[in-house]
Amino acid sequence: MSILVDKSTRVVVQGVTGKEGTFHALACREYGTQVVAGVTPGKGGIVHEGIPVFDTVAAAIAKEGANTSLIFVPPAFAADAILEAADAGIRVIVCITEGIPTLDMVRAARALQGRDTRLIGPNCPGIISPGKAKVGIMPGHIHRPGTVGVVSRSGTLTYEAVGQLTARGIGQSTCVGIGGDPIIGTTFVDALRLFQADSETEAVLMIGEIGGTAEEDAAAFVRTHLTKPVVGFICGQTAPPGRRMGHAGAIISGGTGTAAEKMAAMQKAGITVVKSPAEMGEAVARLVQRAPGKARVTRRKALATPAKGKTPRSARRRSGASTLSKRTRRR
Amino acid sequence: MKIHEYQAKAILAEFGVPVPRGRVASTPSEAAAIARELGGTVMVKAQIHAGGRGKGGGIKLAKSPEAAQQAASQILGMRLKTHQTGPEGQPVKRVLVEEGMDIRQELYLGIVIDRKMGLPVIMASSAGGMEIEEVARTRPDAIVKVHVDPATGIQGFHTRKLGYGLGLKGNPLKAASEFVTKLYRAFEAKDCSLAEINPLVITGDGRLLALDAKMNFDDNALSRHPEIQALRDLDEESPLEVEASKFNLNYIKLDGTVGCMVNGAGLAMATMDIIKLAGGEPANFLDVGGGASAEQIENAFRILISDRNVRAVLINIFGGILRCDRLAEGVIKAVRALKVRLPIVIRMEGTNVALGKQMLTESGLNFLTADGMKDAAEKAVRAARSV
Repeated sequence: MSILVDKSTRVVVQGVTGKEGTFHALACREYGTQVVAGVTPGKGGIVHEGIPVFDTVAAAIAKEGANTSLIFVPPAFAADAILEAADAGIRVIVCITEGIPTLDMVRAARALQGRDTRLIGPNCPGIISPGKAKVGIMPGHIHRPGTVGVVSRSGTLTYEAVGQLTARGIGQSTCVGIGGDPIIGTTFVDALRLFQADSETEAVLMIGEIGGTAEEDAAAFVRTHLTKPVVGFICGQTAPPGRRMGHAGAIISGGTGTAAEKMAAMQKAGITVVKSPAEMGEAVARLVQRAPGKARVTRRKALATPAKGKTPRSARRRSGASTLSKRTRRR
Repeated sequence: MKIHEYQAKAILAEFGVPVPRGRVASTPSEAAAIARELGGTVMVKAQIHAGGRGKGGGIKLAKSPEAAQQAASQILGMRLKTHQTGPEGQPVKRVLVEEGMDIRQELYLGIVIDRKMGLPVIMASSAGGMEIEEVARTRPDAIVKVHVDPATGIQGFHTRKLGYGLGLKGNPLKAASEFVTKLYRAFEAKDCSLAEINPLVITGDGRLLALDAKMNFDDNALSRHPEIQALRDLDEESPLEVEASKFNLNYIKLDGTVGCMVNGAGLAMATMDIIKLAGGEPANFLDVGGGASAEQIENAFRILISDRNVRAVLINIFGGILRCDRLAEGVIKAVRALKVRLPIVIRMEGTNVALGKQMLTESGLNFLTADGMKDAAEKAVRAARSV
């Protein structure tokens, strides 16, 4: 399994005829994602790069059976696009758009409450379940299928983390970029709940940043609800207070939202917190290989595989991370 | 975006929020004229974006137009130092001259977005004049909060909860209800990220007035508020940051010696963090955007090298689909064009990494290539020390 997107995902790209929309719709399709439709109001009826274009999301669902939306609509119209997708019955909405006015998102998020719709983002890189589907702007080739779930508020820092995992032969079940804005559809807690319920995910890497209290909430949730091991990193340890660090949500205000507070809360909850962004992959590797990894190491020796990271995937599947799911609480 | 107190009060007045009578002056004689017009005791208040002005000597009481003139001449042109300005202070170019008040009680009223709830929250406290964070720490029970659902907007029960929560009765209770409603309407209509009245005063004759006012605006919504954009005061911002914003670069100046240039905000913060862990100090935060185009690289270099503290530059680009040979080409071109002499450490990921590295090495310029963030940070910190 995996979470949110997989082989059954049928994507409609809202804003498909724009430059970004076109580029990434094609990249997703090339990765193997079923990109079944596009929406650009006023351009319904054309076929754009082999993708049928509709005036409305409802039409894209009716004609092409879309169940997931990927939004590249400009900021002023993005909240409207989210609401249109939800109204049409889309279950997973991934909004890439950066720069949506906060009060627009307040209204949109409120309108989504109580509906059977999950919004990812906005201002995020999207979701990828390696080997199954990519619904976002991340580079597909740095990922590999596996059992580590990744959830992050950042874009390129997530690529960095994934790069570190893949370099160590550790694959990912699903990577979710939840977005850098103050108001987002899916929080760390939501993503952690999904990873906990996913039979394929055996460990989680969570990457937070300064601002807000979402990481503290996540820590509390991990303490009470997660049996799977979690590794965490918080960026912005050197960020000055009162300054917005690129992301609209990355700001230490009134003394709250500091990296130190978040790291302390996460540590207290039993999360393995790394101080350096260069250690994210290594920390996951240690966790994935430690208790259950004994089996993996023995297995490796038995197979007499020479170099680290060169273990055939089949061998790793049989031995490697699989025993992790049997573990209960680490604490 | 931040604005001055006098600008915030003008916006509030448009929405019917009661504010003291007064006007802004940029010379002592103007201040005297306004004081004469207002009559009686006036307050002369320095207009800078930072808070804590009173303690720094930026707010003075004047009992006559002559005294107002003298107060203004002391305040105008001073470098006002507060806990929010930093040690160098902020030059004062304008003062607000306002009628003095007979104050019976000071309250706090503020509206922000509660990120956890995803809703605007109105906060009130009877501890007027104190910073709300301080009240939250020391007397959390003194704060009354209500969340407003955007579907209904502000309702009577919201304002009653706040008014009764503050222990108000009679006329002040009614006045507070109207005051809160109008402030909320201004917050919503102008896409504020913060609207804060501290203190909100009750006068001897039972009126409520915004004695001070602070409004911050959502940068993402500025495009639909040209009237707010027009209030931006570039003198209040760091010149390098203003320059960077012209090129859509997200730049924040810090005090260290290792300049950094990174694609993406999260990775840029993480790069600062790892510089610190390697024993150095980051000179800045700089996000060149996801694509890191040649043009952006050149603009970024121009900003970085104008900071005289920078001793080495660390470029950290995780491109994925980005072509590293193109990136290298852009970096080499920019370094040649701007005659950058500083050591430059480059760590890049993407396609054609080997070719990109080769181009940098063969360029004959002062480049060091690195594998991974740790290696890059260590090399950059070392380079910054040896210069």
